[in-house]
Amino acid sequence: MNINLTLIGQLIAFMAFVAFCMRYVWPPIAGAMAERQNRIADGLAAADRAGHDLEVAKQQADERLAEAKREAAGIIEAANKRAQAVVEEAKDAAIAEADRVKAAAAAEIEQERARAQEQLMTQVSALALAGAEKILAAEIDADKHADLLKSLAAES
Amino acid sequence: MAANGDSQTVSEYIVHHLTNLTYGKLPGGYERYDGSVVAEGGQWTMAHGADEITAMGFNAIHVDSMIWSVGLGLLFCWLFRRVAVRATSGVPSGLVNFVEMVVEFVDSTVRDTFHGRNPLIAPLALTIFVWVFLMNLMDLIPVDLIPHSLMLAGVEYQKIVPSTDPNITMGMAIGVFVLMLFYSIKVKGFGFVKELTLNPFNHPLFIPVNLFMEVVGLLAKPFSLGLRLFGNMYAGEMIFILIAALFSVGLFWLLPAALLQIGWAIFHILVITLQAFIFMVLTIVYLSMAHEDH
Repeated sequence: MNINLTLIGQLIAFMAFVAFCMRYVWPPIAGAMAERQNRIADGLAAADRAGHDLEVAKQQADERLAEAKREAAGIIEAANKRAQAVVEEAKDAAIAEADRVKAAAAAEIEQERARAQEQLMTQVSALALAGAEKILAAEIDADKHADLLKSLAAES
Repeated sequence: MAANGDSQTVSEYIVHHLTNLTYGKLPGGYERYDGSVVAEGGQWTMAHGADEITAMGFNAIHVDSMIWSVGLGLLFCWLFRRVAVRATSGVPSGLVNFVEMVVEFVDSTVRDTFHGRNPLIAPLALTIFVWVFLMNLMDLIPVDLIPHSLMLAGVEYQKIVPSTDPNITMGMAIGVFVLMLFYSIKVKGFGFVKELTLNPFNHPLFIPVNLFMEVVGLLAKPFSLGLRLFGNMYAGEMIFILIAALFSVGLFWLLPAALLQIGWAIFHILVITLQAFIFMVLTIVYLSMAHEDH
């Protein structure tokens, strides 16, 4: 085993390589690795946050949905009520109209009947008058007995 | 396979495999392997054989260790720099994934062990882990493949596992030791001197004893750090060489040697990773101790 200048040579080479590694090799690699570690940590944190956000959003959506359902139910109920009211109203109106029409018809019938009666009376009285005229001939003055005939017509 | 002719014995084969390609200064008056004598004042040359390397002493450099070590270090820098340039906070893929896995592993180890704040520790640990692992990984390349190829190309010796060279492992350990001393003094200041002199016996009379014990303890750290890696890798490499030497013993040994080779290589995958990890963790622990104020 010979100890010689190789020792010094190796010592110098050793220091040079360590210096090179310290200056040009370690910092970029360690830096990149630390940076990547941070990025991964950030990414994981963001994923967690996103998951949490998703849950919150789901909850909100559920709430909205429930609210909408409630509202829809309310609207349907109101619509039903309104429909019922409309039907009721229409029924009332129809009944009233029917009553009115009925009343009008009755009145008209009554009127017609009265007129027909009157006409009939007039004709009957005229007929009676004519008959009487023929019977009584010129003895009976129409003008003179008009009041009497009228009262007759009214009685019949 | 020791197929370098009949002239090479098994022991020569092993010694050849354990010899570094060395460039150094032979002292004046040294008689070389071919009988020529080195001129006065010495001569810088490629060593031929272990004797010449010994004669060179400290004034020599293991060319193969340095080339493989620096080459693998550059490979590490290039690979990780490429990823560093492309690194983004987006979705990683392929090589980026792999590199980030290594970085993450080192980072978590540093976090668990080192409690102070020091931007040097993590890159230091990463460099040590990957670099030592790559150097150890050379052990899994068949022992003869590259040395023998290079031999055919005219390069006489080649040891391709830098971490089986104590110079390499001790060089790194000394680097760690320098950092330990630097941070001990920087963080604790005078407290470091107190730690060395007033521990474990807090009495002025015991200062020499304390100092001796603490200094031994302190020096033991880089030595154990460097020699542990060296010892493990050297032993592992030695076993690979011995198994390879078995191939040349006879046809009968072919199958057992192949099985041994596979078994040891699989086991060695664990060893090289573990040794790289241990070197890294101990570095972190030592530097952590240097930062702790008592």
